[in-house]
Amino acid sequence: MEKFTIHTQAKAVLRGKSSNAFTGVVASGNLEILFERKDNSLDVTVEVMTASHGYQAVWEAVIKDFVDRTSPGGVHIAIHDNGARPDTVLLRLMQGARLMGAQS
Amino acid sequence: MIPENIMNEPSWYESSARARINGLLDAGSFSEILGPQDKIMSPHLALFDLPPAFDDGMIIGRGLIDGRPVAVAAQEGQFMGGTFAEVSGAKLVGLLRSVASAAGTSQAVSTVVLLLDTGGVRLQEANAGEMAVSETIRAVLDVRRAGVPVVALIGGRAGAFGGGGLVTACCSHIVISEQGRISVSGPEVIETNKGVEEFDSHDRALVWRITGGRSRVLLGGADSYVKGDISSFRQTAAQARNSAPSLSLETLEREQERLEQRLSSYGDCRDTPEIWTLAGLPTPDKIADLTEDEFISLLAKGGRRHDAR
Repeated sequence: MEKFTIHTQAKAVLRGKSSNAFTGVVASGNLEILFERKDNSLDVTVEVMTASHGYQAVWEAVIKDFVDRTSPGGVHIAIHDNGARPDTVLLRLMQGARLMGAQS
Repeated sequence: MIPENIMNEPSWYESSARARINGLLDAGSFSEILGPQDKIMSPHLALFDLPPAFDDGMIIGRGLIDGRPVAVAAQEGQFMGGTFAEVSGAKLVGLLRSVASAAGTSQAVSTVVLLLDTGGVRLQEANAGEMAVSETIRAVLDVRRAGVPVVALIGGRAGAFGGGGLVTACCSHIVISEQGRISVSGPEVIETNKGVEEFDSHDRALVWRITGGRSRVLLGGADSYVKGDISSFRQTAAQARNSAPSLSLETLEREQERLEQRLSSYGDCRDTPEIWTLAGLPTPDKIADLTEDEFISLLAKGGRRHDAR
């Protein structure tokens, strides 16, 4: 298992009012994601625990793409991954952002 | 084959544990206890270099079915094979104990619904898991003694094996679909210990003939048979409480008698078609090939109704 935390900045605070959101399952080729709204800053932290080794650069690319698309400022994201492909990771991240904004 | 009338309905087998709960309960009524945001996770998995799950694969809470309050617990069969472990077990046992102690008060629930989907104890925390199973069995029996039926819904990918099979058998009423499986020693375990000639775990037809939903309900190892869509499970779960027997000495003696009779009638059989032949079912070799509607009408005609469990 590999653990790392990615710190980045969004262009805007994440829209929506939900304080947290959860999606996914730690199944083979899948992952679970917990979104937690921390403050009204532009900081984004993504804490990754993944069963696959050696893919930190890919994670950073996927998360950069996600941050560019949704601007999730002020959010802490925790990920438990069991070998999901990058497209699945992005899908779950987008689902999480949608759930955070669903009650806005 | 998927019956046409449920082809587009959400499938129990294909759904996650959370999706099953959402489809089972009245919309928006689920109130989770110790959800993912509480991060009550397994302290053991990191030792094995494995990622944990925020809910440890056990989702518990309360909600409504047709307006009646129920307690619900669902195992996520896709996480670690849907296991009994220290945290997941404690969540389930805690829920059951709270139901037993609330029986007869304003906090009482009408039914406990267990959405079991498990290969049994989690090997990485086996001692805690074994204890969780025995504590769960005791708690299920306490809930039943308090007059609250416990209904098991079995139709997930992992089935209900090992301790999950034992817990299922202790419930007041068992609802199963064709995909559902119940047993204690799973096919791989039997093959590993007794050899492939005893049980070929890769022979899916054999696995389902022995442990699958149709065989279980015909033999009285399950009480209701449903098509594999979530709404069929919901409808049957809503009604099951009405036919659930009380847990009394008389009930247990009737069940003991039924099981002794079953053993003396079918104990020498090597496979289920032999049992169906002895039981006088039509087309004993073709039970698996019947459509869902044909099988349900066969059950209605020739199925063994019993209320001892």
